[in-house]
Amino acid sequence: MSKKSEIAAAQSERVDLTRALRDAGLAALLAFALFLPLIGFWARNVGEGLLLVTRWDALALVVLIVAAARLFYTLVAQPWLKRQRARRTEIAPPWRTALAKWFIPFAIGFVVVYPLIAIAGAGMRGSIKWVDNFGIQILIYVMLGFGLNIVVGLAGLLDLGYVAFYAVGAYSYALLAKTFGLTFWILLPLAGVLASFWGVLLGFPVLRLRGDYLAIVTLAFGEIIRIVIVNWVDLTNGYAGITSIPRPTFFGIPFNADDNGFAAVFGLEFTPLHRTLFLYYIILGLALLTAWVTVRLRRLPVGRAWEALREDEIACRSLGINTTNTKLTAFAMGAMFAGFAGSFFAARQGFISPESFTFIESATILSIVVLGGMGSQVGVAIAAIVMIGGTEIMRELDFLKEIFGADFDPTKYRMLLFGFCMVLIMVWRPRGLIATRRPSVFLKERKTISADLVKEGHG
Amino acid sequence: MTELRDTVLRVEHLTMRFGGLVAVDDLSFDVARGGITALIGPNGAGKTTVFNCITGFYNASEGRLALLHGDPALWNLLDALTAGGSRSLRQGNSALFLLERMPDYLVTQQARVARTFQNIRLFPGMTVLENLMVAQHNALMVASGFTVLGILGFPSYARAERAAIEKARSWLDRIGLTARADDPAGDLPYGAQRRLEVARAMCTDPVLLCLDEPAAGLNPRESAELNALLLDIRNDFGTSILLIEHDMSVVMEISDHIVVLDYGVKIADGTPQEVRNDPAVIAAYLGVQDEEVEKAQAEVGL
Repeated sequence: MSKKSEIAAAQSERVDLTRALRDAGLAALLAFALFLPLIGFWARNVGEGLLLVTRWDALALVVLIVAAARLFYTLVAQPWLKRQRARRTEIAPPWRTALAKWFIPFAIGFVVVYPLIAIAGAGMRGSIKWVDNFGIQILIYVMLGFGLNIVVGLAGLLDLGYVAFYAVGAYSYALLAKTFGLTFWILLPLAGVLASFWGVLLGFPVLRLRGDYLAIVTLAFGEIIRIVIVNWVDLTNGYAGITSIPRPTFFGIPFNADDNGFAAVFGLEFTPLHRTLFLYYIILGLALLTAWVTVRLRRLPVGRAWEALREDEIACRSLGINTTNTKLTAFAMGAMFAGFAGSFFAARQGFISPESFTFIESATILSIVVLGGMGSQVGVAIAAIVMIGGTEIMRELDFLKEIFGADFDPTKYRMLLFGFCMVLIMVWRPRGLIATRRPSVFLKERKTISADLVKEGHG
Repeated sequence: MTELRDTVLRVEHLTMRFGGLVAVDDLSFDVARGGITALIGPNGAGKTTVFNCITGFYNASEGRLALLHGDPALWNLLDALTAGGSRSLRQGNSALFLLERMPDYLVTQQARVARTFQNIRLFPGMTVLENLMVAQHNALMVASGFTVLGILGFPSYARAERAAIEKARSWLDRIGLTARADDPAGDLPYGAQRRLEVARAMCTDPVLLCLDEPAAGLNPRESAELNALLLDIRNDFGTSILLIEHDMSVVMEISDHIVVLDYGVKIADGTPQEVRNDPAVIAAYLGVQDEEVEKAQAEVGL
């Protein structure tokens, strides 16, 4: 390095330090103004009246934390991010291309043997929690994320009411199984068909809407479905929900302790783990099916038309593409996979109520898609693991009670974690974890397309 | 209408009103089959509005837009078709379409009229090749059995896709972008984007190609390349071309027939030679001061 540039670098460092300090001071001031009423004052019930307690120590602590975090961000995190961004234009190192090549087969192999690892690690009894709460729960959201990815990621249509189709699938299974005694394998495709029918039904009125308007109408649609379920008590039993929904059987053999149950027939010792494992592999199969269909669809004209629609709708029309049909197929496809997931959900829980289909579910699924990177399957899967696995792991952090006291409940901080993830990802990767687009077809070599060029759709 | 036999598109009494504004007023002209027709006029003359009416993006307020495939004898049935309620009439390989009755995508899909846009509308996040594949959507859709056969992996779709890639490749060779086939369209330089948009429109197998200012923003060399491309398209594919253009070097060099619009009204219609001598045209472009007329005449080569 020449002397001149050394001096310049030193100078810029010094300027950076004063700037960082000023920044941290501003952040502290802002935090003080914000947290003064929130933390600084505490209105306590004392008999008849209220007593205003001041908590200067807690307020000072929070302000100090904010200032320190801001200082860390400007001095350490920001230059690091800048270097990362500069490096991104360079050619990927060999380990990275190898990782990209082997990641998907390895990941699929891992999820296939995951229950065995859980059994080996936690024993027959302990592994149920790990397979059910982590495995099945996460895979449901992975599948929902894949489904919504078709609508939001590929076709660029912002759908805030996706959980409605999940609900349609779940109630279809619950009602038809209880009323007509149909089995899971008949009802699974039927629930998908019914959900995609509702997808088309929603699609029609929103065809002309874009952006915020589309988002609001889909949000309203999600609420309509939930409120109908709540109020149509004769059919759905309202808030009380539907109980004792038939559970899926192993080709007609039920999973129970009876003489003709699964364990007895195969000469095994009865354990509820059998059913859990069975359900795990069903949802794994469904999630892989969703991913496989999406990958295939992208190479078909309909998939290309979805992406073209996201890029430029007017150009699509000028090329003779029927945009109405294209949008409706996107809604129908996305809704169908939600229907599959819904009927699986009902079969797994054995009990459903409108509580499971609130707006927050739609928001969770959408944030999985956005955090993962719109259009990217691997990104969506990783985001689902982090978001859902993260909230589940909160239940496991009992040791924190020893630090923060017995009435500390880590699950209460779920939303905080949620928001924190969002902020981090949006700072670090504004277009999601995996934002690059893989072309559906190539002449000589497949080059990934940088996120800057890919449109997000008009809503 | 003496040369009706060689007409591919007939615009009759086209009027387009936006509220109280009359953008196009009682416009009639013919587009010759296998010819290059230019639509020129000062800014705001209503040229793009005419394009939007022809390609179905606007519903014309009044008038008839008839397009012919094949046998000119079908022109005799035009009034019968207009009187009836249907959009089109087919006889063997020939067909007659009333474009004002068709939605935009059907104008391209069935009547086979393709267009480009004044401000380029490529799919920037898709590769150059993908852009050309999207243009072959309808043919591939049929080959993929409306997605069903394609999902199941039938070989007929793989064959159709290979053929589509081959076709795209031949267009890339023609516009000199084969080396950049796998790059995103948004990364191409401006002139290449213009050429790609023309190639993409041609991938829909049009009978009539409508180009909205294809030479806008091109340098003289690129503009000459574009002229060569358009002449190639006409000579090799027999596609009729209707173009809006401000660049007089393009218009005068390649067009067979020029229609001049001003304030939505046709003020001249004829060969380049006739139009460049027309005092009304010169006045419309440059006002009526004598020295400016002389300057304009010098510019167009008089």
